[in-house]
Amino acid sequence: MKKSVQNLKVIANVKLNNDHHLLQLHTPDQLENIVPGQFANILADQSQSIFLRRPFSIHAVDYQKNIISILIKEVGEGTRSLSHTPVNSSLNVIFPLGNGFSLPSSSEKVLLVGGGCGVAPLLHLAQVLSKDFNDIYILLGARSAVDLVELNQYAIYGKVFTTTEDGSHGEKGFVTEHSIFGVKLDSFSRIYCCGPEPMMKAVASKAKANSVSCEVSLENTMACGFGVCLCCVTETLQGHKCVCTDGPVFNINQLKWQI
Amino acid sequence: MADLSTIIHNIKLKNPVLTASGTFGYGVEFDDFFDINLLGGFIVKGTTIHPRQGNAYPRMAETSSGMLNAVGLQNAGAQYFATEIYPKLTKYETNVLVNVSGSTIEEYVACAEIINDLDRISGIELNISCPNVKEGGMAFGTSCPSAAAVVSAVRKVYKKTMVVKLSPNVTDIAEIAKAAEGAGADSLSLINTILGMAINAETRKPVLSTITGGLSGPAVKPIALRMVWQVSQAVKIPIIGLGGIMNATDAIEFFLAGASAIQVGTANFIDPLATVKIINGIDNYLNRHKISAISDLIGCLHL
Repeated sequence: MKKSVQNLKVIANVKLNNDHHLLQLHTPDQLENIVPGQFANILADQSQSIFLRRPFSIHAVDYQKNIISILIKEVGEGTRSLSHTPVNSSLNVIFPLGNGFSLPSSSEKVLLVGGGCGVAPLLHLAQVLSKDFNDIYILLGARSAVDLVELNQYAIYGKVFTTTEDGSHGEKGFVTEHSIFGVKLDSFSRIYCCGPEPMMKAVASKAKANSVSCEVSLENTMACGFGVCLCCVTETLQGHKCVCTDGPVFNINQLKWQI
Repeated sequence: MADLSTIIHNIKLKNPVLTASGTFGYGVEFDDFFDINLLGGFIVKGTTIHPRQGNAYPRMAETSSGMLNAVGLQNAGAQYFATEIYPKLTKYETNVLVNVSGSTIEEYVACAEIINDLDRISGIELNISCPNVKEGGMAFGTSCPSAAAVVSAVRKVYKKTMVVKLSPNVTDIAEIAKAAEGAGADSLSLINTILGMAINAETRKPVLSTITGGLSGPAVKPIALRMVWQVSQAVKIPIIGLGGIMNATDAIEFFLAGASAIQVGTANFIDPLATVKIINGIDNYLNRHKISAISDLIGCLHL
């Protein structure tokens, strides 16, 4: 779908836990193909400290109702302001942006690994992968049970596994300590990963050791989101690449990560 | 519809709205959003004779009513621009200018020579004011003799309109402006970003990889207006004003201060349609005030 600037109507704003909100945004236009992993850059009410847009992964897409969902975790003033957008008001959104995950051409056994708010693009990814009858394993990690949101939604599309740091849900520990990494990882043909960078590096290292293809979604700070400010670059084998247009999804073999 | 046309030396602009270098890519990035032929023109990314990787990440910090950047002139070099990017720009009917930068006078000259051979480029904007590179850049724009030296050297090889972009990081911008005018500049654009800094109190580290960076956005507008005003009193060549312009009212203020045209920069990041809204807003303002042409507004500040 061609990128555009639109005023989208907030048709639902659900508080999922203490700091997570799920916003459903409606467009009067017919949504076209949005690739899982693409993102939306959303304008919050401007204030002395909120100047730039805030980028969010597209969490889910409903092509029948023309709705995109955005999962927002409150981390600062911008996300706090957006989290509290009243239903029936509108938000100015530039979307869809970025490249998105690459999808298998025939059905495969795939592993999706998400940590913290990095789980957001994985629901849309699971949605799309399930249409092509992929065998989908979804591993989600969080600090505590209360931080794991929408598990029932992920369960529609695949087998869900969890870790929590306090052991209140699933296996205790970091997501990379889950027993799924103890078995033969090369039974998976692809690993898709999104979350904090140390976690993605740990997953990437396991994928590399087992020669499994692995894509990660980065979230460098950016000003524009469409490739003109050149602020969000990451180092790749081909030099600096913009996370907003060349990414946010990169194959780990493209990155200069020490893994 | 008022007459929005304005002239910068030999460049006729159908309206006075340009885009600032480094905020509009090569124009093509905006094709999905609007027809960029609606602009008076656009100024492409800072170009240097040799390819530059730019500075390390992080390159950006959001600040009160603005942002700092430390991109460091990332570009693929003048030759790449001429062979790979320029052919894609010839589809545009509006004016395209190239921002030219360098670390030495020889590099500025070599880069300008390559751009001089490109027919569809209306002019260059000589960047003697980039705060984010170690050598050259701003160093040329902060003293009268070095500004004059680079401007006159490029003047010898560049035949079309040469705009010189001035740095605000100086004690007396009017003196630098006069030096650039004396050395052969056809027009001046100001201001480039203001050197600034952001610190993360929690980590006790600078936010930018380069420690300091260039401040832009509405936070700098009063400084930019003051400098456009001062320079307009000091030189005869046309001035292109920029610095924190977010809407048509901001643009009008720059015309009143003496700018013949304006550039929209950081606003492009927040609203890709900002420039078209500003063009329409300028027209509305002129109609509302029963002014038939933008030229009747330039420098008409009531004192």
